[in-house]
Amino acid sequence: MSQKFPADLSEFTVPGHSRGIIDALSYRYLLRLLIRKGTLTRYHGSVLGWVWSYVKPAAQFLVFYLVFGFFLGLNKGIDNFPIYLFSGMIAINLFGEAFGNATRSIVDNTALVQKIYLPRELFPISAVIVAFVHFLPQVLILVIVCLFAGWVPTLVGIASIILGMLIVVTLAIGLGLFFGAINVAFRDAQNLVELILLFATWTSPVLYAWTMVADKVSPWVFNLYLSNPLTSAVELFHAGFWFSTTTGSLPQPPHLAAFSLIGLLISLIILAIGQLVFKRLEGHFAQNL
Amino acid sequence: MPRTSDPALPRIIIDSVDKTFILRHTHSFKESFIAKLQKKKTTTSFSALSDIGFTVQEGESVALLGYNGSGKSTLLKLISGVMRPDSGRILTRGRVAGLIEVGAGFHPDLSGRENVYLNAAILGMNKDEIDRRFNDIVEFSEIGEFIDTEVKHYSSGMFVRLAFSVAIHTELDILLVDEVLAVGDAPFREKCKKKIQELTDQGKTMLVVSHDVDMVTQVCKRGIVLRDGKVCFDGAVNDAVASMQGNGA
Ligand SMILES: Nc1ncnc2c1ncn2[C@@H]1O[C@H](COP(=O)(O)OP(=O)(O)OP(=O)(O)O)[C@@H](O)[C@H]1O
Ligand SMILES: [Mg+2]
Repeated sequence: MSQKFPADLSEFTVPGHSRGIIDALSYRYLLRLLIRKGTLTRYHGSVLGWVWSYVKPAAQFLVFYLVFGFFLGLNKGIDNFPIYLFSGMIAINLFGEAFGNATRSIVDNTALVQKIYLPRELFPISAVIVAFVHFLPQVLILVIVCLFAGWVPTLVGIASIILGMLIVVTLAIGLGLFFGAINVAFRDAQNLVELILLFATWTSPVLYAWTMVADKVSPWVFNLYLSNPLTSAVELFHAGFWFSTTTGSLPQPPHLAAFSLIGLLISLIILAIGQLVFKRLEGHFAQNL
Repeated sequence: MPRTSDPALPRIIIDSVDKTFILRHTHSFKESFIAKLQKKKTTTSFSALSDIGFTVQEGESVALLGYNGSGKSTLLKLISGVMRPDSGRILTRGRVAGLIEVGAGFHPDLSGRENVYLNAAILGMNKDEIDRRFNDIVEFSEIGEFIDTEVKHYSSGMFVRLAFSVAIHTELDILLVDEVLAVGDAPFREKCKKKIQELTDQGKTMLVVSHDVDMVTQVCKRGIVLRDGKVCFDGAVNDAVASMQGNGA
């Protein structure tokens, strides 16, 4: 039977095989539409719509300001504690939303995954970008608050913020690919993600200062602590937004630039592992959903 | 050594393809773990397709026939790349548009217009191509002024019309259609038949799954009958229908 097949198969392609993220990014127009869909339908049926994206972080900041800055007077050694808190918090918020969305993205797009072939990396990637779009209003609120507190943007500061975002987004895509693929067969992954988020919030210096960790643990544990990509991202946000509004009584952690690059490197490695696992499991998505 | 009598390059090559589904009985880490401890079987396997082999030439329109559960949809999913075969190989040449289920890429909260763009992009078109064909798509679907209404307010027939219209206006070489025309009304089905005829005349390759024998015999020349995951007939469409109905009882 096989002698009936042509000898030259160079014009043929094997359906269902892609080069992963690279192919997904070549669907630029579709990616744009998926992001549009994600942002347009989020506030569907609500009157205020996008206003909520500003109201929520503004309210969050107000609560921080009143409770921590005013009632509790919890500013122990941290100037402008509400801004410190808020700038770290939005980094974690971005990570949480991006990672959570990406993990659920394959299951959420069951109808498409089962019926049409696309490079499936499109779904986690667009989920992360949608999360990023929703993060921008929080940045705006933070910028306004910082301007009131006497913030002067510098080139280094803005570069820090961008590097911080890059680390968070890379890490979220990597972990999202990994857990999104596992979530297809085992929905436990979704719950595991919440646990990881809980750790992420408390093991990075959002609610406390890094000096409190440095005082309590041995140097190598502290180095490990600083190597956490989320720790560097939070500290980069502090450096960009909060630091210049203070008198410098709480210094920046040692070797922040070096640890940020280590954080970025770790995120890239996690991205590579995520892509590999995703590719390995992708062939079974349609039948397991 | 290429011979002069070599047939033209086919569009689809299916070479001794097998597909077995593993049915898992566990869906969480805990269940899997407990089942392992109790030495219970966590999976059963089911052979949905075995040793399928045929080629489809350029410009051919083929009906895929068979009773429920015979593996037709599974085969289309393998050809479109949604699933992968366990063994054997599938090769396609050119752009494949799979209409495994109409409106798979439609979002209920978006308008018809936005959905046309989204669905066409999912089927592989870029913005310019869609812009150019948008009017044709809307015209063929006869949706008219409803194009700016949210899709969730459409009747199921309107939904199918728009989705089918998007699919046949995509730039494609191979169209896979799975049982999607059943919802349209008689005039629309008539129109679809004509359109499919037109596409085959243009040299497009069609693989149509349908239980509608009348329609299939009109638009297809060749018929392949599947039974329990095996090809049991491959030939002229009328003979295929006869073979399926003859052996059915
Ligand atoms: N994802 C899956 N997991 C397990 N079994 C599956 C899966 N998809 C299909 N099957 C099984 O494979 C067999 C063939 O299914 P398929 O959908 O291909 O049939 P079909 O010929 O399209 O039937 P119909 O005429 O009803 O559309 C069925 O027995 C079905 O239960
Ligand atoms: Mg079917």
